[in-house]
Amino acid sequence: MSGSLAVRVRRHVVDAELEVPLGGPPVTALFGPSGAGKTTLLRCVAGLERPDPGSVVVFGDELWSGDDRHVPARSRRVGLLFQDHALFPHLDVDANVAYGLRGVPRSMRGERVAEALATAGAGHLAGRRVAELSGGEAQRVALARALAPRPRLLLLDEPLSALDTPTRSRLRVDLRQVLVRSGTPTLLVSHDRTEVLALADRVVVVVRGRVLQVGEPAEVFGRPADAAVARVVGVETAAPGVVRSRGDGVLGVEVGSGARRLTAVEVLGETTLGPGDQVLVCIRAEDVALELPGRAGPSSPRNHLPGTVTAVAVDGPLVRVDVDCGFPLAAYVTRPAREELGLVPGSAVVASVKGPAVHLVPHPQ
Amino acid sequence: MDWQAVAVSARLALATTAILLVVAVPLAGWLAFSRRRWTVAAEAVVALPLVLPPTVLGYYLLVAMGARSPVGRWWQEVTGSTLAFSFSGLLVASVLSSLPFAVQPLLAAYGGVDRRLLEASAVLGRGWWGTLGRVALPLSRAGLATAAVLTFAHTVGEFGVVLMVGGNIPGETRTASISVYDSVQAFDQVSAGRTSLLLLGFSLVVLTLTYTLQRRGGPGWARP
Repeated sequence: MSGSLAVRVRRHVVDAELEVPLGGPPVTALFGPSGAGKTTLLRCVAGLERPDPGSVVVFGDELWSGDDRHVPARSRRVGLLFQDHALFPHLDVDANVAYGLRGVPRSMRGERVAEALATAGAGHLAGRRVAELSGGEAQRVALARALAPRPRLLLLDEPLSALDTPTRSRLRVDLRQVLVRSGTPTLLVSHDRTEVLALADRVVVVVRGRVLQVGEPAEVFGRPADAAVARVVGVETAAPGVVRSRGDGVLGVEVGSGARRLTAVEVLGETTLGPGDQVLVCIRAEDVALELPGRAGPSSPRNHLPGTVTAVAVDGPLVRVDVDCGFPLAAYVTRPAREELGLVPGSAVVASVKGPAVHLVPHPQ
Repeated sequence: MDWQAVAVSARLALATTAILLVVAVPLAGWLAFSRRRWTVAAEAVVALPLVLPPTVLGYYLLVAMGARSPVGRWWQEVTGSTLAFSFSGLLVASVLSSLPFAVQPLLAAYGGVDRRLLEASAVLGRGWWGTLGRVALPLSRAGLATAAVLTFAHTVGEFGVVLMVGGNIPGETRTASISVYDSVQAFDQVSAGRTSLLLLGFSLVVLTLTYTLQRRGGPGWARP
């Protein structure tokens, strides 16, 4: 199938058979527990490992078929961003970016290097020595190097894991913007939910080598298809929102269709957020309390969201209640609590969420 | 002192070094980066001259270059002269016996190159030779220098193989080390002493140079 990646790999501990859609919005994330062989999969697609026996088909183009077709890494037109960037230490920034431009006429290379550096937000780093770059700068240069040959597919291997925490949260936004700007179909592998929420337009949940669910991050994290997916991703509402106000360390965020205002406490490391910024509002189901309308007095939780129960499902000792309060919100309550409140689909409830339980992930479109 | 022999030694060492660098750069690359199992066997063969008595190596080379071997016959048909007891034959022997001295330092240097850089090069569209020339070799310059110095020095110091294959023809195959042996045989202590002193000084200089190269490790990024 064109517009997708089909991989069959049996290698070491990895036994995977996947078809990953890559058409439409640019960034697709392969999400799964660590140690599941996601990196091996990526290396097989790049041509750095041989899926023996197995097959790799990218956009309908058979790159590896196990017996007769073996396209070497150098001919695959696939970009790869290494975790540790792997910049060539003996070359400067420009020569690094130009490295993959062998097929481009010499007179046009300078232009292409400048273009790639600009796309990656690294124009100011031209001519620098690699040893002088910080972690974040090195990543931009590595991105520019991967994008310069205009690959048909860009592969990212846990792109933010090699960076320290403050750099990471800053770069999440930058990286997302670069990926959207370049428009190159991108496949990233990660076991970090924040990374996936911040970067991806589509999540493919992979457990033991099989695709369990494909969907938008908010959908997959908020409404896992089944218990197996829920165990891997956790249950978390992740609704798109826009920051409207900021003051006293508290951000006001508008979420969902009813223009309801949710109060969110500024999250450490996300201090760059301000009015107008697009975010994903993440709330774990365990942090949502439900009460009946009209009974609430003053209380410490800052957010009281009236809504209607849409679904009730028993999940072990807990009951998962889905509430529509302008946006879909999941809540976990105990079974006695559900009895006492008489929760059934259609019940009117008020969902309470404490400010610090609201986690904002910047997510520019 | 036997200047003629010193000149033969210098010519032989220069030619051997030039040939071996061309051969060893890709050969060591293949040994270092290939994933096939039998590279271990190939590595053992390359290292053989390190442990084999020079007379044994010389004996086999002499047999291979003789008129009864296909190689020797082919050479005689093409050039009209014998390979054994000629400078060309000496050069072939010297290339083979010095092979490990060129390959081993390069092998060690390649081993210190981050594999990810080689992978990055492949993904960016370079083949094996391109990656070797643009990434592995530039990052192994100290190893390349060590290989050149050691090959040159070992060729100058070679005795057993040279005697077996080259014989002792002045101006053609009589090298400095053989000249010392000759002088002693002829009770010419003065000449033997002078040539020995020259070789001693040369060896000391070479070793100092080698250790300096290794200590510094070349530019900072060349160190593993």
